[in-house]
Amino acid sequence: MVNWIWLGMIALSVIFGAATGRVQQVTEAAFSGAQTGVTVCFGLISILVFWMGLMKIAEVSGIVRRLSLLMAPIVRWLFPDVPKDHPALGYILSNMSANLLGLGNAATPMGIRAMQELQKLNANPAVATPAMCTLLALNTASITIIPTTLIAVRMNFGSAHPADIIGPTLLATAISTGAAIVADRWYRRRERRVPPLTPPPASTAQAAPDKIPPHTVPPVSL
Amino acid sequence: MVAALHALSAWAIPMFIVLIPLVAAFRKVPVYETFVDGAKDGFQTAIGIIPHLVGMMTAISMFRSSGAMDVLIGAVAPFFAWLGIPAEVLPLGLLRPITGAGSLAFATDLIKTHGPDSLIGRIASVVQGSTDTTLYVVTVYFGAVGIRNARYALKVGLFSDAVGFFAAVFACWLLF
Repeated sequence: MVNWIWLGMIALSVIFGAATGRVQQVTEAAFSGAQTGVTVCFGLISILVFWMGLMKIAEVSGIVRRLSLLMAPIVRWLFPDVPKDHPALGYILSNMSANLLGLGNAATPMGIRAMQELQKLNANPAVATPAMCTLLALNTASITIIPTTLIAVRMNFGSAHPADIIGPTLLATAISTGAAIVADRWYRRRERRVPPLTPPPASTAQAAPDKIPPHTVPPVSL
Repeated sequence: MVAALHALSAWAIPMFIVLIPLVAAFRKVPVYETFVDGAKDGFQTAIGIIPHLVGMMTAISMFRSSGAMDVLIGAVAPFFAWLGIPAEVLPLGLLRPITGAGSLAFATDLIKTHGPDSLIGRIASVVQGSTDTTLYVVTVYFGAVGIRNARYALKVGLFSDAVGFFAAVFACWLLF
């Protein structure tokens, strides 16, 4: 998809430029665009270096873990079908706290570990479980406190107050995360009413390899 | 709430900068060494984005200068004006769930063209800063464990992207 968008933009630009007699400008724009790309990345260095240094301190000192503890009740509510002491919950918590602090690079490995743990609870390994869908929803909408990259870009182009997007970003992400949770719950409830995806017994046997606690789904009350 | 959000914008970064090292020092973490250790990753991250951003900025810059962008925006402008949204941000909303580098390049282009402190520049910043690239997240997370049937995950992700886009515009109207 990205390939087609990229190709489409370039091809359309040249065709459009030819039709309107602006081929010269289009050529110049190609080079100036490339230049802006590099300039912006260099502008990102200062803030990303500083911020990731700061976040390393947060990680090493256990602040990220402490944040996880604060969120534990929310996560248990969001993932009712994951057993209470299952390792998946720990990874989900780390993933969410890293996202909250804008630590995208640290969040992704944690999220993947969480997925692997959730996969162990999955009776049908090719089909996503509701818990996996919830984890995904949280990651696509992720609440953000500090949108580091955008602050850096704004600084680059001479903003008077680069950080004044923090408030609106938090508000917008809170709303979109809320929407993601509501939509996720709605689909969960709908799929429970009409359970179409009960896996065939054959795949259950194949997917229950080792000492996973017996797949007891606790009674869920919404 | 508006005042609280403005205060948050002003205070979030200074609070992070002071509190994190203070708490860490209190917990006997060698703060400066740890800072330097983590900061190295920032350099790698910034340099790693260069190829993506150059590719996307080139395409977007060409698209804008050829006049194709104006035609696209002109086509949707009346409808967006009716909603009270600057039409210039529409392509950003469409690109955001599909390509992270592409939408970052587009947001950068909007900030550069209209100025970081214009309404368009601010909406672009908030839209770009507020959601993750849904298609990428689905591919990476489900790909890592071999899920082929994502069920409703993509729908939920795209729905929350759409909500996030309008929420970002709304938040900018509310605060600026």
